[in-house]
Amino acid sequence: MFFFRMIKGAYIRQWKKMLIIAVTIALGASIATAMLNVMLDVGDKINQELKAYGANITVVSKSASVLNNLYEIEDDGSVEVDEMIKENDVGKLKTIFWAFNITDFAPTVETSVTVGGEKHKVVGTWFNHTLKLVTGETVITGVTNLRSWWEIKSGRWIDEQASENLDVAMIGKSFAEKQNLKVGDKIDVSGRVVDGETKTVSLKVVGIFEAGDESDDGIYAPLEKVQYLSGTENYVQKIEVSALTTPDNELALKAAKDVNSLSIAEYELWYCTAYVSSICYQIQEAIPYTVASAFRQIAESEGDILDKTQLLMTLITIMSMIGAALGISNLVTSSVMERSGEIGLMKAVGAKNSQIIILILTEIFITAIIGAVGGYFMGFGFAQIIGHTVFGSSIEMNGMVAFIVAVIILAVTLVGSFPAIRLMLRLRPSEVLHGR
Amino acid sequence: MSLLEIRNVSKIYGELKALDNINLKVEDGEWLAIMGPSGSGKSTMMNIIGCMDKPSMGEVLLDGKDISKESEKNLTSIRRDKIGLIFQQFHLVSYMSAVENVMLSQYYHSMPDEKEALEALERVGLKERAKHLPSQLSGGEQQRVCVARALINHPEIILADEPTGNLDEANENIVIDIFRQLHKEGTTLIVVTHDPEVGEVAERMIRLEHGRIISDVKNENFRG
Repeated sequence: MFFFRMIKGAYIRQWKKMLIIAVTIALGASIATAMLNVMLDVGDKINQELKAYGANITVVSKSASVLNNLYEIEDDGSVEVDEMIKENDVGKLKTIFWAFNITDFAPTVETSVTVGGEKHKVVGTWFNHTLKLVTGETVITGVTNLRSWWEIKSGRWIDEQASENLDVAMIGKSFAEKQNLKVGDKIDVSGRVVDGETKTVSLKVVGIFEAGDESDDGIYAPLEKVQYLSGTENYVQKIEVSALTTPDNELALKAAKDVNSLSIAEYELWYCTAYVSSICYQIQEAIPYTVASAFRQIAESEGDILDKTQLLMTLITIMSMIGAALGISNLVTSSVMERSGEIGLMKAVGAKNSQIIILILTEIFITAIIGAVGGYFMGFGFAQIIGHTVFGSSIEMNGMVAFIVAVIILAVTLVGSFPAIRLMLRLRPSEVLHGR
Repeated sequence: MSLLEIRNVSKIYGELKALDNINLKVEDGEWLAIMGPSGSGKSTMMNIIGCMDKPSMGEVLLDGKDISKESEKNLTSIRRDKIGLIFQQFHLVSYMSAVENVMLSQYYHSMPDEKEALEALERVGLKERAKHLPSQLSGGEQQRVCVARALINHPEIILADEPTGNLDEANENIVIDIFRQLHKEGTTLIVVTHDPEVGEVAERMIRLEHGRIISDVKNENFRG
């Protein structure tokens, strides 16, 4: 077909110019692809990043929650089992719809104890505890993962997997300094008096940590030891849960205020999305006498970071597209000016304006397609570099991005070609062929 | 009825009168040379006759139809169907072979036909060079490709602007011989030139100066 012979000829003769146009489009497409892929994946990435800062959900019994909310009770370290959660129910967390999003959890019991004649707080929890689920599966969970930011100043984490004696403890840096304790020392801890007998254990310090918060003044010991000291065997006070969540949006906020205000469709969408509020709701369904609540500041900062990151990426994408449009505009316009004699001749031998526009746009769009395909894969490579550099993991390829990039490149190429099309329409054969 | 009739045509650029009240009739099959020095209005006249420009005043009748007020779109259509153009600078598309340059004119007229394009090249003695690019052809050969391109759609008028301006004597003679042949076949030829040798081989010669026709003579020695 003669039309394609003309296109082929134009490519053979103008390959350098076409290559520059393709590279310009490829650069624009690569930035758009990288930014869009990162933008669509960044929610999960920021989520994972924030997960490093610990639990984002706490679960307490309803009665404890009501008392705390009503009277803002100062925690005096005393614990009562009727305000606690049965230890056997902890595993139910992994039975909810979003079970796989719950990455770590640790039940805790906190009680007041006497060490060397002084009152201190001791926290009993799981470190790397093996839990058998009702499904027959086993999970290893605890604060070793949940408090990943703790810096071990000396010693090590308590290892529940090793068949070691669980008469061990980890102590905060401040506590160690005040008590002049080091790894290997033993501390005698006295807890509650039951039936006239003071419950006492002797714990060997296996690790000294620095958390950067009030934990530095405390003692962390295996759950069962603290349950013994507080006389709350088989009960836990609180469960800290780290869950991968979808950042809150308007629907999530509406649900968090009042689930009953949602329509059926909204409810289904909310329930089947890993919003922190829907995960909390499902935890409460699994353990009905508890209240699960989100650490709101983490959810909110996650939303804020996400919004700002996405805005930044959108701006970068828009700017790169403007740059690409300007580049295309300059290149295509200069190409048309160079070919003004050829275009004038075509008009002189009877070509309609529309025929010439179709010819030039076909050349540009073929170039744009080549550039966009190259740019898409380049951009996916850039996205992986961003993913590994910033988030330490790869970015998933999102099919939607290819479609969006194709539409953007189409629009940018059209907009970029507009000045050249105007120039073509204004070209008069008498002027370019006779120089008048 | 004349094939082409120009009535009281003027073309004004600002304060410059490129053409000043021109009246001219060209009969079917006639070979007319438009002569004159630079700036006399030759190219302006060619642009108006070739439907590439419109007069500021007056009428241009082609086949009895006034085309001076036609839209640019209609002028393109008239140019495509009735006029074959030959330029001094050849204006061949550099990335197309000789035959493809001829086919380009067919493509925008109706439908490209390589066989017919090759026949047109054969008429100007260039069939063997059909696959060559313009850069591989001499000036004379390039101008012959232009002639073939102008002929391919069987126009009513062949309009040539300084067709031998860039050619040596040998190639000039070849092109003039082709014109003679076309004239014999009944093609109307309008050749714009400042070269007396080219003008004097035409059947009729008009001379322009300052946008006016100062002479209009029949060539007594016309060989036909």
